[in-house]
Amino acid sequence: MTVARAVAWRNIHNWITKPSMFLPSMLFPLFFFTAFAGGLSSVDSVPGFDYEAGYTTFIYAFVLLQASTFGGVFTAFSIARDFESGFARRLMLGAPHRGGIVAGYWLSAVFRAAVTISVITAVALIAGLEVHGNGIDLVGLYTLAFLMNALAVLFGTGVAMRLRTMQAGPAIQTPAFLLLFLAPVWVPYDLLTGWVQAAASVNPITLVLEAERGFLAGDPARVLPAFAVTALIVAVTVLWARTGLRSAERAA
Amino acid sequence: MRNVVLLARRSVVRTLRQPAMVVPSLVFPLLLLSINSSGLETATHLPGFPTDSYFQFALAIPFIQGALFSANSAGTNIASDIESGFLNRLSLTPLRRLALMMGQLTGILALGLIQAVTFVVVGLIFGEGIQAGVGGVLVILLLSLTISLAFGCIGAFVALRSGSGEAVQGVFPLFFAALFLSSMALPRDLIEIEWFQTVADWNPVSYMLEGIRSLVIDGWDAEALALGFGCAAGVAVIALAAAGSALRTRMVRT
Repeated sequence: MTVARAVAWRNIHNWITKPSMFLPSMLFPLFFFTAFAGGLSSVDSVPGFDYEAGYTTFIYAFVLLQASTFGGVFTAFSIARDFESGFARRLMLGAPHRGGIVAGYWLSAVFRAAVTISVITAVALIAGLEVHGNGIDLVGLYTLAFLMNALAVLFGTGVAMRLRTMQAGPAIQTPAFLLLFLAPVWVPYDLLTGWVQAAASVNPITLVLEAERGFLAGDPARVLPAFAVTALIVAVTVLWARTGLRSAERAA
Repeated sequence: MRNVVLLARRSVVRTLRQPAMVVPSLVFPLLLLSINSSGLETATHLPGFPTDSYFQFALAIPFIQGALFSANSAGTNIASDIESGFLNRLSLTPLRRLALMMGQLTGILALGLIQAVTFVVVGLIFGEGIQAGVGGVLVILLLSLTISLAFGCIGAFVALRSGSGEAVQGVFPLFFAALFLSSMALPRDLIEIEWFQTVADWNPVSYMLEGIRSLVIDGWDAEALALGFGCAAGVAVIALAAAGSALRTRMVRT
């Protein structure tokens, strides 16, 4: 626990005090939200678009997932940077329980996601976010978001601890980016066309995104499959991160 | 002149031999184009949408995204020259400031040309052609290079002002804000949110996009082209002047 707390504190401190780390992770979801909710607002007039809570709410669900996922991705970048600078090697020598290192990075990812989500939610509320769901729906909404955050940081940890260089960045970021954007981002699934619809039909994030939109609209949909698939992927990424840690231990 | 050519050659070789600079600036815009055009195809059903293919509408976006990557590359390269002391050594030569700047930015123009040719070829293969024909393709390449130069100069200014690659990376998201707050996703008259429409009206990136878009969708539109070239050239001149001033300050300090 001490190791986890120390690693988490160091990462949170670095994130807050370095504008080059803080600004991109905060600004990108905000830009996406502004661009989509503002620039694409008339898309809800397209025939077949039937989401009662409005387009701002429709897009908020996606940006919420994006912010939580990229909170994990950016934390994984920090792990890669720590390995490249040699800090992680010293950390592994000094830590009595190395699982605490992964836990520390995960805690800092949770903090980053919580801060980013708070800011985005405040901006979204000002911009006209309508929450039709009740308290239980909101618990479901944010639980799914933080499960996505855990999934991303655990996946990224596995990659960063295997490759141990900043060159791992694209390998961490690209799968997250593709999974998010190959879901029904701008319009409901039924209005997608072409290869993106085919990709969305097998993309597990489609289930998560539709459940998130259901929670916001007060009309929960596909909740069980969404939680089941997310929990399954988190379980797999736990194993992936553990074996990544073993790999880093062997290398150290 | 020989010194400028040498500097330009160095800039081109240095930019193009770094896959990390070239590949993402081609792959990410094309990936987004592909995803956007499938995901937003239904937006073409909106009354007043200028074409029945979202791919045609969105084809202008990669040119700007590529230019934004150029800005980042230009800034990072110059910041690296400052951090390594190369710029200090250059300041001992009789090279003029403008020549030095243009030499440093040649690599970005080469990258911009590769990007523009790639995006045009993709547009011709997967889209419905360029409405303005062969002449239009040449004008698209010219406008695209002007836009790359404009953003490259902004990247150079940030690097010369701050002297830090980290600062350039920190400013990079702000470059993207300019793209996001424009008529990137929908024509300006179809944007319903009033403040967003106002921002898009004042944003020069809207006119750069619409200049390229007019050649792809409508054919020859003198007003759209004049605005596109005017905004790109205006940003380039202002940013080049600012970068020149920042370079002078840096050299005086040296």
